[in-house]
Amino acid sequence: MEDIKPIMFKVTVDGVEVEVAPGTTIMQAARQIGPEVAPPAMCYYEPLKGSGGKCRACLVKVAAGSAKDPRPMPKLVASCITPVQDGMVVENFTNPQVVEARKGVVEFLLLNHPLDCPVCDQAGECHLQDFAFENGVSTTRYEEERRTFEKEDIGPYIQLHMTRCVLCYRCVYTADQITDGRVHGVMGRGDHAEISTYIGRAIDNDFSGNVIDVCPVGALTDKTYRFKNRVWFSKPVDAHCDCDKCSGKVQLWYRGDEVIRVTARKNEWGEVKEFICNTCRFEKKKTSDWVIEGPTKVNRASVISANKYGANLIKKPDFALKLAESQFKKIDDSRPYVNDMAEIKQSEDYKALMQKNESFFKK
Amino acid sequence: MSLKILTEHCSTPGIETFEVYRKKGGYTAVEKALKKMTPDEVVEEVKKSGVRGRGGAGFPMGMKWSFLAKPEGVPRYLVCNADESEPGTFKDHYLMKTIPHLLVEGMIISSYALGANKSFIYVRGELMYVIRILEKAIEEAKAAGFLGKNILGSGYDLELVVQPGGGAYICGEETALLESLEGKRGNPRNKPPFPAVKGLYQSPTVVNNVESISTVSWIINNGGDAYAAVGVGKSTGTKLISASGHINKPGVYEIELGLSCDEFLNSDEYCGGVRTGHRLKAVVAGGSSVPIVPGSLFLKTANGEDRLMSYESLSDGGFATGTMLGSGGFIAFDETACIVRNTWNFSRFYEHESCGQCSPCREGTGWMQKVLNRIEHGKGSMSDIDLLVDVSKKIEGNTICPLGDAAAWPVASAIRHFRDEFEWHIKHPLEATKPGAVYAGAVLV
Repeated sequence: MEDIKPIMFKVTVDGVEVEVAPGTTIMQAARQIGPEVAPPAMCYYEPLKGSGGKCRACLVKVAAGSAKDPRPMPKLVASCITPVQDGMVVENFTNPQVVEARKGVVEFLLLNHPLDCPVCDQAGECHLQDFAFENGVSTTRYEEERRTFEKEDIGPYIQLHMTRCVLCYRCVYTADQITDGRVHGVMGRGDHAEISTYIGRAIDNDFSGNVIDVCPVGALTDKTYRFKNRVWFSKPVDAHCDCDKCSGKVQLWYRGDEVIRVTARKNEWGEVKEFICNTCRFEKKKTSDWVIEGPTKVNRASVISANKYGANLIKKPDFALKLAESQFKKIDDSRPYVNDMAEIKQSEDYKALMQKNESFFKK
Repeated sequence: MSLKILTEHCSTPGIETFEVYRKKGGYTAVEKALKKMTPDEVVEEVKKSGVRGRGGAGFPMGMKWSFLAKPEGVPRYLVCNADESEPGTFKDHYLMKTIPHLLVEGMIISSYALGANKSFIYVRGELMYVIRILEKAIEEAKAAGFLGKNILGSGYDLELVVQPGGGAYICGEETALLESLEGKRGNPRNKPPFPAVKGLYQSPTVVNNVESISTVSWIINNGGDAYAAVGVGKSTGTKLISASGHINKPGVYEIELGLSCDEFLNSDEYCGGVRTGHRLKAVVAGGSSVPIVPGSLFLKTANGEDRLMSYESLSDGGFATGTMLGSGGFIAFDETACIVRNTWNFSRFYEHESCGQCSPCREGTGWMQKVLNRIEHGKGSMSDIDLLVDVSKKIEGNTICPLGDAAAWPVASAIRHFRDEFEWHIKHPLEATKPGAVYAGAVLV
């Protein structure tokens, strides 16, 4: 008797071959290869059923449909919802049409976005910043007035700043799937559509806080954290507690000795691993409430990070990027976190950086 | 007089009632199909006829039917798309209010062919009086034993439901229609899965246009081959054209596909020519979403051949010089029409009707509308023209549903064919914004 092997599909993404199970989407196959070929995602969120297909950030070119039928697909397809076929050849960053379409999507998403990053709590861990920085252009052609909304409190803990929203629908799916008694959704149509609770009703249930974590931009913010700190000044630490509502596995964000924020843990794609309850998120803000596991291994995946764009710079001859390349060196994430400024000033890294700064400004 | 398949009895007084419709030979096709034919034979007959979907895309209807998945123990649905809301198209409205039994009869036969025991007619909410007419027709058919349990003793049951929509253009897109029918927000679904596999309530579903379904009874009575004999090439049968704009006789006309465009526009049987004393400037041949073309390109193709009213001939020349038959919303413009203003108007419609789900369409339609608004009101700049072209390119093909394409094509084609008019608007804002001002340099026919 022959060995029964599970059927695997061979897929090629940007020239890298991978074997995946049938039913896998192009996005998942690309993510298995690694972040170099994984398409960006603004609306797709793996833990949420039915998400994806909306933002069109992950459009890819299917250069060959399958081994059986190697014709290319006529249009670009959304990789997050298109299942792979055996022998499929996908072009992502290597296809000029895809790159152009993605530039368009960045531009569209930023049309009505206020670009108030300097005062936005999400800055530094914002998917839109990452997406725009990696795939967009640095100028805008939009001269018209942007749409704006009044800020809205939905419940005691969450503030909705609709002006920043990119209508990814993630929070809608979260409210629908994680919490019971769905009270918030999308109202209106087109570019005037808005996320809202019906007749300003408060969101009041134990898992409502998760909409903050899933929001890719700063549209849904934690009212206990608003304007308290910049993300990059705080230090994330893994911790857990005994919670009867959720898993209790969280990330604490420290400023000095103070816990300024509690969030769920996220994977390398910025997706929540386990949703946490509101008690853990909003009410346990003392170190004594938690069992500390140690510093979070930071996967520096944001605009403010020095590491991330090192390798990509060659591809993008942009002034800002060249500047960044000349300015920053690789930061070792495993080094101990130092708080004392005097200690920092003594370090070799700091001295080298200062020297470099000096020479740069002299130029 | 050419062949009338759908509108033959439309002028008969009282045709909306069951008695008159029956006297004119109505419901004989139901009798024939249910008593003498198997569902597969009905599908085969429709396939032979080569009738193409009349909602705009022109996909062969028999082919669509044969794609329907038929898993055991799962209900199948037929949904009639009567959410006609394309600017310039009003044929289904006319058909339903004049001869509702034609649609009901078609629904019975089609449902039988597909094995659906519950079928829906999704009518746009604004047409409340049409909904009442349809409901009355369904009641009459039920009383006569053509609907309900065990129709004509064949053992086949069918319930027919008329569902009013909320009046959104996007709900004419088949998957948005299904969402709306399920009671949700009318957002188009991601495809695949296609409705033929997972449609209404996750069951295999066929969605067909009113006009398509209305042809079925004639096909059953006269045979698919007889239907295929009408028309030209792959454009078989007849098509309703809703003619409007600057013509002498606006209205709904049934034409045999393959009629020459010149005859359609100028003969007294149809449009009766461009408004007396005026000349033709531009034509939208198939509803607001198809590319607009100058009059000369409507009458003759780029190669100088006569253009015909058929799917193939109208799209001859691709997007560069052709257009599409679409849903048959024919709009003619004479020299008094301002193309910029018209394009802005179409754009406003698409901005308003975009569902807001996917970003290129949500943001792009609004952007194009705002730029066109500026140009129309004398505040445009030359770079705006290229901007519009670029934005339309970035929307086209990158969206979930065809609304993005539908919003991009009118803008792209208007600029392609009438660029000098846009430039005139930008260069002479004072002149162009005067009431009734129209660019004088347009090429007329």
